[in-house]
Amino acid sequence: MTAVPAGTGGRRAHQRAPWPLVLIGLLVAAASLVPLGYVLWTTSELEPGQASDFLVRPRVGELLWNTVRLLLVGTALSVALGTAAAWVVERTDLPGRGWWHGLLCAPLAVPAFVNGYGWVSTTHAVQSFGGAVLVVTLSYYPLVYLPTVAALRRLDPSVEEVAQSLGHGARGVFWRVTLPAISPAVLGGALLVGLHLLAEYGALQLLNYPTLTTAILQQYATVFNGPQATLLALVLVGFCAVLLVLELALRGRRRRSRVGSGVSRTGERVPLGRSRAAVVAGLSLLVALALVVPVASLLRWLVRGTSTRLDVDSLLGALGSTLALAAAGGALATALAVPVVWLAVRHRGPLATLVERSTYVAGSLPGIVVALALVTVSIRVLPALYQTVVVLLAAYAVLFLPRAVVSVRASLELVPPGLDEVARSLGCSGPAAAARVTVPLVAPGLAASVALVSLAVSTELTATLLLAPIGTETLSTRFWSDASSVAYGAAAPYALALVLLSVPATWLLGRVSLGGAS
Amino acid sequence: MIRRSRLAPALALAVLTPALVSCSGDDGPSITVYNAQHEQLLEELAPQFTEETGIEVELRNGKDLELSNQLVQEGDASPADVFLTENSPAMSQVEEAGLFAPLPEDLVAPIPAQYRPASGLWTGFVARSTVLVYNTDLVDPDELPSSILDLADPEWAGRLSFSPTGADFQAIVAAVLELEGEDATREWLEGIKANGTVYDGNNVVLEAVDSGESEVGIIYHYYWYRDLAEGGDVSDDSALYFFGDEDPGAFVSVSGAGVLASSDDASDAEKFVQFLVDRTGQQALADSYALEYPLNPDVRLDPPVKPFDELQPPRVDVSDLDSRTVVDLMTEVGFL
Repeated sequence: MTAVPAGTGGRRAHQRAPWPLVLIGLLVAAASLVPLGYVLWTTSELEPGQASDFLVRPRVGELLWNTVRLLLVGTALSVALGTAAAWVVERTDLPGRGWWHGLLCAPLAVPAFVNGYGWVSTTHAVQSFGGAVLVVTLSYYPLVYLPTVAALRRLDPSVEEVAQSLGHGARGVFWRVTLPAISPAVLGGALLVGLHLLAEYGALQLLNYPTLTTAILQQYATVFNGPQATLLALVLVGFCAVLLVLELALRGRRRRSRVGSGVSRTGERVPLGRSRAAVVAGLSLLVALALVVPVASLLRWLVRGTSTRLDVDSLLGALGSTLALAAAGGALATALAVPVVWLAVRHRGPLATLVERSTYVAGSLPGIVVALALVTVSIRVLPALYQTVVVLLAAYAVLFLPRAVVSVRASLELVPPGLDEVARSLGCSGPAAAARVTVPLVAPGLAASVALVSLAVSTELTATLLLAPIGTETLSTRFWSDASSVAYGAAAPYALALVLLSVPATWLLGRVSLGGAS
Repeated sequence: MIRRSRLAPALALAVLTPALVSCSGDDGPSITVYNAQHEQLLEELAPQFTEETGIEVELRNGKDLELSNQLVQEGDASPADVFLTENSPAMSQVEEAGLFAPLPEDLVAPIPAQYRPASGLWTGFVARSTVLVYNTDLVDPDELPSSILDLADPEWAGRLSFSPTGADFQAIVAAVLELEGEDATREWLEGIKANGTVYDGNNVVLEAVDSGESEVGIIYHYYWYRDLAEGGDVSDDSALYFFGDEDPGAFVSVSGAGVLASSDDASDAEKFVQFLVDRTGQQALADSYALEYPLNPDVRLDPPVKPFDELQPPRVDVSDLDSRTVVDLMTEVGFL
């Protein structure tokens, strides 16, 4: 019943997409490309000679080298850790699997820059390449872990059992059967990690690890106007394009769907045997590094911070606006992701692929570039909306659409299109069939998408600073303002509130990945 | 999908209503200030201004050049009435873009003329002195150089730290450029790049020096004094060294205030600038946690901060600071 083999959906793939859907998809894609347009337009102020003089110099070489090695090593480690942890939790007889699952998801609730702050205020040794890799891996491996656990959970174990009965050992089954089957989930997660590493600012800034993105921010903090900054951003877009093509190539054209959401049978678990102690120790170390270090450091600052003069009103105000923006941003990005994913999954073709891939581009850009693009556009085209919540939410949607698309896609891909057709043949109209059949099946994916985007919105910094309605403060802008003026103690309550606020969304993601919210 | 498309806007509206309502309380007169000065400082000053005048102050906070770039991007459509910075180069950028309205001469009279641009389009209102912070366990005060230019010498290799990526350091380099010329500045930048560790932020430099990771660091004076006043977390194993004798290292950087030409409430905006430069506002500045130097000669900071009139800053006119060349030089040397 699983993994409908390649090609069965071929006829349907050419079925013409309804034009309103195409139109909406194109509009979403166009909105996502606004920042790229801004980058190209601003960069075009430079003469080619100036541009190459700026790009071809040792400093840019150093930034490129830092960005590339962090991208490669950080993504590879996140994939390795995320996949291994997911396999151990889902496929072995590890004791206390439910607890481990919760603990392995939990680092999502600790924003990368809070993690960086926790580490750097514990030891300066992390201000290095190794430290940067450590912190970003600990912050981002759950982006691989979650979809992988979900994919393993939904994967019918009978396929793996067949492979086993044909003589494969546990390792052979994993590499030849399990991994190919869960590869879309792993790749989707890897893509998200890659995009985040390209755009990461706060954590790397605290770790004093210069990359293209921190350099772009520094350009804006030092230089008038930004053609040189946008030139660097263009290099980031280049990296993003490579990632997108790479992921597409590795993903292949296979369709994967199964009937029956979340009722899969649990297969025989691989006994860990003698390596059980080592596995438990490894997981404990991971959790200690990803959770205990930053949280302990937060609590330490909270207790001893000499600058701790907690302004409860300000904390509650920031909490309220963070909550509102996170929920609205999550809902908006998810609503925009649905038509895009629908096109990409149900109406495959060059146009659909182009639409889907365009939504990723802004995700690799630093928030400030996206924000400045929206400043420029909104003040010229829609001055009435400038510095209102509308433009801020648009920025969030554009920045975090990749998170939504990946989450929605992961669940929609598993819904066989046949179900939809059955419903139509029984008299449902197209939209009604979608609402009554498909939506309930993808509901967990939608919930995951809202949660994942909300987490990102609540930690967003640079776009919020530029675009928020005047007087709006969020937990992360407060945290940053204190942390960057040495007031570590004053920053701690905001960071802690941010972590606590992220717990429900993280919990939801953990549940959804196990099929619990359907 | 149908169900969603009705739900999403309704949900968004429901959660956003409180946020929207809280942003639109414009009952009385109010001005919008784009504030690149330390947020905490304005949060202390603005309520005092409101109490005195009944004019509400709304702050948009950011860094010098982020906000100046935003102002230039916004042009005439800017919602800002007043712009405040930490250093003068960002003020010069907005001035060059033609976005400031001239300030009345009598309004800015309390501030000595050397802390205002010749154009009269904005005014300094507070200042900070360049200093060298040194680790008291690792460095003997006798070893300290008489000029900031000496830090480029090989004897300081591996011992120095500074934060080149920000408006603060840019202002210091602008002073070196104005006083020593382009070639000497390039040479100096190359020397300190070879000698030093680069951090992001003066506070990080201070922490690195205090913890002994670095022996000396270039910062502004108030970072150290503020920490001392807060309990001495990162100032207990370090001390400040002030360059003297009009050395470029004794440069005093001016924080600026100006009224935007596009302001709809120009007279209220001027009142705010007036408050900042008059005795009351300057005294409030002096009494705040900030420990930056008030520029109104009637007001002084309390000890232990080194008195403003004991500093021996070089004579540099704020209008003469050439930030464009500074950025070119810093790019050439590889800081940016």
